[in-house]
Amino acid sequence: MSSQGDSSATGSSVADGRAAAAPATAADAAQPGAGTAPAPAPGWSPAGVRSRNWARLPLGLIIPAALLAAWQLASSGGLFTVVQLPPPAMVLSAAGELLERGELGTHIAISTQRVLIGFLVGAALGLILGATVGLSKLADALLAPTIGALRAVPSLAWVPLLILWMKIGEDSKVTLIIIGAFFPVFTTVSLALRHVDRNLVEAARAFGLKGVRLLTTVQLPAVVPAVFSGLRLALAQAWLFLVAAELIASSMGLGFLLIDSQNNGRTDRLLLAIVMLAVIGKITDALLGLAEKWAVKRWA
Amino acid sequence: MTTVLPSRPAGTAPGHAAALPLSFRGLQRSFGAGATAHTVLRDVTFDVAAGEVLAILGPSGCGKSTLLRAAAGLDSPSAGSVVIEDTAVQGIDARCAFAFQEPRLLPWHTLQANIAIGLPAGCSAKEGKAKVARLLELVGLENFAKHRPREVSGGMAQRASLARALARNPGVLLLDEPFGALDALTRIRMQDLLLDVHRVEPATVLLVTHDVDEALQLADRIIVLGNDGGGPGATIVRTVEVPGSRPRDRASAELAHLRGSLLQTLGVDAH
Repeated sequence: MSSQGDSSATGSSVADGRAAAAPATAADAAQPGAGTAPAPAPGWSPAGVRSRNWARLPLGLIIPAALLAAWQLASSGGLFTVVQLPPPAMVLSAAGELLERGELGTHIAISTQRVLIGFLVGAALGLILGATVGLSKLADALLAPTIGALRAVPSLAWVPLLILWMKIGEDSKVTLIIIGAFFPVFTTVSLALRHVDRNLVEAARAFGLKGVRLLTTVQLPAVVPAVFSGLRLALAQAWLFLVAAELIASSMGLGFLLIDSQNNGRTDRLLLAIVMLAVIGKITDALLGLAEKWAVKRWA
Repeated sequence: MTTVLPSRPAGTAPGHAAALPLSFRGLQRSFGAGATAHTVLRDVTFDVAAGEVLAILGPSGCGKSTLLRAAAGLDSPSAGSVVIEDTAVQGIDARCAFAFQEPRLLPWHTLQANIAIGLPAGCSAKEGKAKVARLLELVGLENFAKHRPREVSGGMAQRASLARALARNPGVLLLDEPFGALDALTRIRMQDLLLDVHRVEPATVLLVTHDVDEALQLADRIIVLGNDGGGPGATIVRTVEVPGSRPRDRASAELAHLRGSLLQTLGVDAH
């Protein structure tokens, strides 16, 4: 209820803000010497978006709440045994127990660390190689077939080789995640750079921009929105490859918690691991989404 | 247009490049090769004096833009050359500045930052800032310096594009149908603005246009491109000295007569 009240309060203050801003815009437009009036912002204001987001949050929570209720009903109604589907309360107490022993924190921290390092390195490599292939026809002819073939290799096919080369440690896991994060960024960046508005590039060239300056002034800013959709795909891939890596060989992390709980018949911890993956994955994606929103507003 | 111009005699601005003469010598441009090759321009030869405003008229697709692009170094001719002052154009030429039919401003930059793109290499930050501020004022955009291109009208964006070209201190200003996409009233205002600008920044101006009235209003001389029947591609079919000095009376009878005759050259009935 209280969040409802908040959102309506925000809504009315937004309306006030708009009303106050309107005359100022009109005054701008009435500039003498301004050939024609500037195009008004098409019904868009940052505050407006924010107030709509406030309404979105409770809406987005409806289905998770319904799922939780269904879960509770299914487990308490005897539809499943406790081993098959422990009730939410049991998962919660499993979380409390693991948290108390400090294990849950460790699992989450190590998994997040692997994803972040793998994602950052993979995305950076994807950006660099994607830019090279997207901008240079020579690099495209030279590298694109090889990279395309490597992309066709299913992720898990790398695991035996990585373990053979790097042993079962952090290196092999992070490398697998790097592979996972690399391809979405590489593909989106190289494709987007090939479709940068030719007119803009020609205009910049006419004003003497070339090489690195042309890249940083025109080409990279033009592909910022595409880069961010690539980054979000890459982050999702990074979590996917993390679990793959941890399921196969690990002694810590959420993937380890999954396989360890399966071996011990602890379905409550198993469910806990899945819920944690959903929650943390969603949080990291939301953070990246915020950065994307800012970047698209700034660069598009 | 109520742009207030600085009351400074023409050509005395500090750090100002002088207008440069240029000549097109036997320029030819063909696209493609073998059986599919087609010639767009053939044997185009003419001179433009320093500070002159020359309009290039012609039906669409006759190679007007190709001619300008050759002068800017954006396109290389199949034969012949463009010579500015004493040296031939090879690659992007720093002595030229280009304003395109569309504003072609970077959408993520403010108008101010877009104009600064035009500043010549080696221009100090302080000099550049002062120059951009002066140009914003010259084209009447001083109150819109921090606006993004999509927040201003087409005419304002086109003025920013003109200011960006001027920021380069060009010896030769190349305008490729710069007002073609604007509405009729804005176009007239922009033409007057261009004349004002030319008084303050007296570059040699090559203006490609398909608008006969615009050419008569702005140019000292008009050349008409077209096919003279002597081979494939367009070449110069007519050169006209425009009588009188600018600003010209848009209703002058002499110009009306010239307009009819130019339209006839372009293959249109003047009625």
